[in-house]
Amino acid sequence: MRITCPLCGSRDRREFHYYGGAVYAERPAADAPPEAWDGYLHLRDNPAGETRDLWYHELGCSAWIEVTRNTVTHAVLSARLLAGPERQGRSARSILTKKKPNSGGKGR
Amino acid sequence: MHYSGLKVITEGLFGNKGWKPVWRNPAPKAQYDAVIIGGGGHGLSTAYYLARNHGLTNVAVLEKGYLGGGNVGRNTTIVRANYFLPGNQEFYSHSLKLWEGLEADLNYNVMHSQRGLINLFHSDAQRDAFARRGNAMISQGDDAELLDREGVRRYLPYLDFEQARFPIHGGLLHRRGGTARHDAVAWGYARAADRRGVDLIQNCEVTGIDIENGKVTGVQTTRGAIRAAKVGMIVAGRSGQVAAMAGMRLPVESHVLQAFVTEGLKPVIDHVVSFGMGHFYISQSDKGGLVFGGDLDFYASYAQRGNLPMVEHVMEAGMTLMPMIGKARVLRSWGGIMDMTPDGSPIIDRTHVEGLYLDCGWNYGGFKAVPASGWCMAHLMATDQSHDFARRFRLDRFATGDLLDEEGTGSQHNLH
Ligand SMILES: Cc1cc2nc3c(=O)[nH]c(=O)nc-3n(C[C@H](O)[C@H](O)[C@H](O)COP(=O)(O)OP(=O)(O)OC[C@H]3O[C@@H](n4cnc5c(N)ncnc54)[C@H](O)[C@@H]3O)c2cc1C
Ligand SMILES: [Zn+2]
Repeated sequence: MRITCPLCGSRDRREFHYYGGAVYAERPAADAPPEAWDGYLHLRDNPAGETRDLWYHELGCSAWIEVTRNTVTHAVLSARLLAGPERQGRSARSILTKKKPNSGGKGR
Repeated sequence: MHYSGLKVITEGLFGNKGWKPVWRNPAPKAQYDAVIIGGGGHGLSTAYYLARNHGLTNVAVLEKGYLGGGNVGRNTTIVRANYFLPGNQEFYSHSLKLWEGLEADLNYNVMHSQRGLINLFHSDAQRDAFARRGNAMISQGDDAELLDREGVRRYLPYLDFEQARFPIHGGLLHRRGGTARHDAVAWGYARAADRRGVDLIQNCEVTGIDIENGKVTGVQTTRGAIRAAKVGMIVAGRSGQVAAMAGMRLPVESHVLQAFVTEGLKPVIDHVVSFGMGHFYISQSDKGGLVFGGDLDFYASYAQRGNLPMVEHVMEAGMTLMPMIGKARVLRSWGGIMDMTPDGSPIIDRTHVEGLYLDCGWNYGGFKAVPASGWCMAHLMATDQSHDFARRFRLDRFATGDLLDEEGTGSQHNLH
């Protein structure tokens, strides 16, 4: 799978870190009701077909991008920058949580 | 037909002409007391325990493809009870006990093999964490032994003990852990459910869920409408789509997990070995193939096949741990769709619709859970009460914050 970064062009999937559904970019207001936060953090449309999700170009330009792709065929349809350059630096650090090595080491 | 050693011998003597189809192939009836959507391991075990434990036999399992064609026939078959958190512990402990009596109960050889599972550790801190987990397992009544480096070497002399990146400090041995033949588990439950009167209906996709005044009344399928006052949604990776038919949005994101098998070899790996730091685990099937896998590909997918970066990663991890496998040739690789929840734990619960129940969120660990999940889901569907062993597998736990984060990595789909 290759993803076309709007800044760097077509790159190997390994350069990108997957974050989750594009709904993550629509953060509720701080005083939004708990249901809004539950929806934002946990509930997903999870479509079989076209979907939009967030990727971080970790081994490239460090931009956050929203990728439109097909979950059934793995075709990558388009990608756009999530925010302008002035927001990129900040948001990248504040929302990036990465998977740690599986210290439990339980296997399946 | 009851299977027995004598039956095998007599059939062998008379040309194996007396074997009969293992289950009926009925047309769907217009109405059942309960309908199960999904003929995977969990759907079939639920149907079986509805009949066996609760006397509910007017039950249908509706499967869109063929029985056992989903994840139950695609997994790497590890069965274990080495969970740490209350809520998970009792459940998986119960499941392992059911596994231990399963073949006698189903009258079917599921090839359950308690060959022992060894989880390797590579640092002092990890040893402490494993010692703690082992103590938790022992307090639950299951077995665990902490092995030092020499202890591991005794069982697994073929590992690379000199490797510099993740030096092997020891392992946690769970002797009652092991494997089972995945297809046989689906077939065994299917046959046993059929023998108790459950209708197994294949090539029957559920396309809609009928709800009137907040109560479920039946389902729409590619083979017509079927009425039922109780409906269980047990469709693993497809849970999002089926729940959407009832207007629900689930805390589930579907991901792809790959696995691999080599050509058949003489017995060489006697245990299940897991190398968590390298995201690698392996066992050898009774046919001789080395069965191994690693981590998710880590993006939402319904493709039932993965990408090459994870293939490379898994092969590298395998070579790091046991260089001898470099001589084996990989025959096949495949993928399955995993229903990932934010905290990595499952859901067995009621829904906002009366009579509609949900069993999903098995992530990449639902094979070992097949017996206990069916047991608890049948209990829930029959009595409308959560079984005590599944009491924490609630659908609303993300909203309330009562999470079951076994790995302690946080409540987000991309962290497990
Ligand atoms: C590569 C891999 C390795 C794994 N390794 C392990 C392991 O070692 N140990 C372990 O414990 N677990 C493991 N797992 C996880 C385990 O296989 C799953 O968690 C478990 O099988 C899921 O439950 P199931 O058997 O009911 O799912 P499935 O077999 O997928 O059953 C769901 C069924 O629902 C049907 N369905 C879907 N939609 C509809 C519809 N609309 N109408 C009718 N039917 C429908 C599907 O066709 C399917 O047959 C692994 C999984 C994979 C992919
Ligand atoms: Zn870039």
